[in-house]
This record gives sequence, C-alpha cells and structure tokens, in this order.
Amino acid sequence: MNQITKNRTKSRVSWVVAIVLALLWTVIAILPFVFMVLNSFKEKFEMLTKGVFALPDALYLDNYKAVLSGNFVSFFLNSVIVLVISLVVLLFIAACASYPLARFKFKLANPVLSLIVACMSIPIHITLIPVFKMSKAWGLYDSIWALIGPYVAMAIPVSVFILTSFMREIPREIEESAFIDGCSRYQIFFKMILPLSKPGLSTLAIYNGVNIWNEFSFAYTLTQSAENRTLPLAVWEFQGQYSMNTPMIMATLTLTVLPMIILFIFAQDKLVKGMTAGAVKG
Amino acid sequence: MGEKHQRETNIAAFIFLLPVAILMIVYIFYPIIDTFVTSFYKWNGISADKISIGFKNWIKLAADENFWAAFINNIKIMILSICIQIPIGLALATLIDFGGKKTTIFKVLWFIPLLMSSVAIGFLFNYALATNGGIISTISNLFGGGNIDLLGNPGTALYTVIGVIAWQFTPFYIVYSLAAYTNISVDVFEAARIDGATKGQYFWKIALPLLTPSLKSAAILSMVGSLKYFDLIYVMTGGGPGRATELMGTYMYKLSFSQFNMGYGSAVSGGMFILISAISLITMKVLNGKKEAE
Repeated sequence: MNQITKNRTKSRVSWVVAIVLALLWTVIAILPFVFMVLNSFKEKFEMLTKGVFALPDALYLDNYKAVLSGNFVSFFLNSVIVLVISLVVLLFIAACASYPLARFKFKLANPVLSLIVACMSIPIHITLIPVFKMSKAWGLYDSIWALIGPYVAMAIPVSVFILTSFMREIPREIEESAFIDGCSRYQIFFKMILPLSKPGLSTLAIYNGVNIWNEFSFAYTLTQSAENRTLPLAVWEFQGQYSMNTPMIMATLTLTVLPMIILFIFAQDKLVKGMTAGAVKG
Repeated sequence: MGEKHQRETNIAAFIFLLPVAILMIVYIFYPIIDTFVTSFYKWNGISADKISIGFKNWIKLAADENFWAAFINNIKIMILSICIQIPIGLALATLIDFGGKKTTIFKVLWFIPLLMSSVAIGFLFNYALATNGGIISTISNLFGGGNIDLLGNPGTALYTVIGVIAWQFTPFYIVYSLAAYTNISVDVFEAARIDGATKGQYFWKIALPLLTPSLKSAAILSMVGSLKYFDLIYVMTGGGPGRATELMGTYMYKLSFSQFNMGYGSAVSGGMFILISAISLITMKVLNGKKEAE
C-alpha cells in the first residue's frame, strides 16, 4: 500500500517536472518567433521606445508594403523557378539511377551505390571554387541557371540512397510477370516502378525541396545582382538597404518564412516525415 | 542466352545511371580533383597567372594556427551539439510518446524552428540577441542586470552560437526520436506494463537500449553536420568577433571569396575534406565494429 502511494507521488512529481520542461522549451522555441512577428508590425522607432515585447500601437502594415513593393517578388519567383526545375530533374534522374541499383543484378551495383552514398558526407566547400570557375567559364555566373546543376548534384546521394531502399521493397513478382509478357526494362520502369515509387518520391520532394528552398552557399557564391538572387538572400539585400530599421528586417524575415508555415499548416505530417527522411531511413 | 541477358542488363544499367553519373562527375568528382590541383598554385581566382608553388600551401596549412583554431571550434560545436541536442530531443520526444494525444500541441510548437532557413535564423538571432533591445538584454533588464552583449564578446560568442544551433536542430532530434519510438512495437510496452514496470523503468531498461542504434546514427549525423557547418555562422558573426567563432567553412570562404586567395582557399577546403572524411570513417568503423562484436 505504502509502496503504491510512493510510486504515485513519484510519478506525479516526474510529470510536474516533465510539464515544466515542456513549457520551458516551448517558450524557448517560440520566443524568437514572437519577437520577429510582433516587431514586424511596428514603426521604426516604436520598437526602441516602447520595448521589444510591447504590442504594436496599431496594426502597422507599411513594412510589409515596402518589402513587397521592392525586389521581394522577384526573389520569390527566382526561388520558385530554381526549385521546380531542380526538383523535377533531380527526382527523375535519381529514380532512373536507383532502379538498376535496386533491382538489376550486375557486378558494379554495390560499389556504385556505395560510392554514391559515400558522397553524402562531402562538404560543399570542396566544390565551391571549381563550380564558381565553371559557372564563369560557361557564362552562367550571376544567373539562376547556375544554381540548378549544383543543387541537383548535391541532392543526388541522399535521394538515390532513399529511393534504392524504397524500390527494393517493391515485390519482384510484378516485374517478373511483366518481363514474361514481353515488356522491356524501360517499359517496366516507366509503367510500373515509377508509379509505384510515388510515396518515396513525394517524401524526397519535400526533403530536397526544403533544402533547395533554403540553400545559401551556392546562391551567395554564384549570383551577384539582386534581380538574380533567391529568397534566402532577400534578407541580405534588405539588410543593406534598411540596416538600422529592425522592424523592416523582421517583416522581410516573416515573409521569407511564410511559405514554409503555410505548407506546415496544410501538410504537417507529410512535411515532418519528409524533412527527417534522410535521417530516419539511414 | 544467359550471357546475352547479362549484357543487356549491363547496357540498361549504364543508360539508367548515365545522367546521375554525368552530374556527379561534373559537380562533385571533378571539383574535388580540381580543388586539390588548385591547392598547388598561387592564384587570385581572376587573373590568368597561376603560379605553381608545389606543397607551399599545404605546408602553410599544417602550421596555420587560424585553421587549427577553426577546427577546434568545429570540434567544440560537434561535441556540444551532440551533448545538448540529442538528449533534449530524446527527453522531449519521450514526453510526447508517453503523453499521447494531450501533447500534440507541443509537437506542433516545437517543430517551428525547423521551418526557418539557417540564413533567416542567423539574421533573426542577430537582432534577437542584440545588446540594445534584444531578448536576453530585455530579460536581464527586468531583473536589473543591464544589457548583455553575447555575440560581441569573444568569451561568449561561440557558446551563444552553439545555443542558436541547438535551437535550430533540437526539433529535428525530437522528430527523429519520435520516429524511433514508433519502431518499438506496442507489444513491448504492453508486456512491460503487465509486468508492472513503471514508466521510468520502461524508459531506462527497455526503450533506451532499443533506441540506442538510432541514437548512434543521430550522433553521426550531428557530427558530420557540425564539421561542415557554415551558413548560420557566416550570417551571424562572420567568424568574429576576432576569430572567436571562426569555423573551417567560414575561414575557407573568406580566404577564397573575400580575399581572393583561391590557391590557399583550395588547400583549406582540401584539408577540411580530408579531416571530415577521416573522422566520419573512423567513427563509423568504431560504431559498426561494436555492432558486429555484440
């Protein structure tokens, strides 16, 4: 009897500790966010005179208007173009490569897969200078087209890794019966393997999509003028313009995060699953 | 027949692999070789005169205090990231796993930092941690402590940045641990409950050993990520104040693209590549070796 009460108090105490920890982490996680959104609705000097956590006097939207009437839309469109083209190319060629690696019997299958997977830990810094040189030589420097090649190439290792293990799970019988019916390997790939890989491809689209959308190093190195830059660099440009105007920067930041938040609200589970795909499968 | 079939297979495999092979050769393998070649030259990245200087860049690198200090900073970030993010991530995931439906709201709120890009986080925290009107200064002022300059002080800058990195990536390890929890079958939990195990006993004696392989992978992931770290720090501090938050990545970038010392910049990125590959290989060997011994 005494033991049970003891256990109960112990369990109650650990719950209290757990809830306190949970609330503490919640505050830590969202406080910077609150700071960002709250101050984005303030006038330039309001933030300094009233204190950073005071509610704005009125719903002041001029920061947003100013940001949206600047280059912001062009940054956004550049990001969309780069994202869509990179993703389509990446998913298609990664699926092409994963198919033989997952389902064909040939001597080099394992060494090739290992080589591709080993590239997952390569730091992009080792490729920056040569890729910079190539973009200049090919006349791609300072245009969004310079970004697509590196973005696709850098995402290949993890994509092939995940898709290969996904395609291995597809039952062999499907392929064999089609083969007996006289389908070629290419027909099997387009008519069966590709459609059956859709769940894996959609997870990968989210994982790589988020990474490409947020990519900084190549975008910063390979583009120069404001009209050719992608969204992560928008803040960079606006900071140069409004360095002392914190609320303006906060409005820019809020706008850059907005697409992700909208995606999160509508496809929370898919996004969470997709963003951890590279890790969980490993 | 069998031979012909094998030959057709080989040809099909070649065709399917070709696009990926071309892109990887152009954007990964060739650049790696080219970086090592460039590291034997003195070159500013623009002019045509590239002067071959043999191993001079590499000898300079081996004795470069700035590079090794940057490497030590990478190691500090690596160790503290593993020690902070993974335990907190696991603890919070455990809470959600034990708490059930009631705790879903936490899951949503805790995920928020992961929605922001490193660049956006870097900028946000530059302002959020500002000496004047930053979050920490505001809190400190509430208690009469006065303004605090975390990022401008060489003694605290690196640890502040590590805190921001923890803010960014802990949600990842929460989700990661949650996924690992769902792999433990419900039967295991039920059996433990029927045997009268408390939740604490269940966690330490049953769940934790089952989660260990996932946690090992998480540690490798965090390790490689920390050694490659770049964009957030480049945006937040640029490696400063002084060299307090300099990393291999920021050092290489500034050498190559601000000072246009691309020959030596290549040697630094080559050194970075060798160190990261060696550390990942050794760690994987050690962790996998243990697995085989078990």
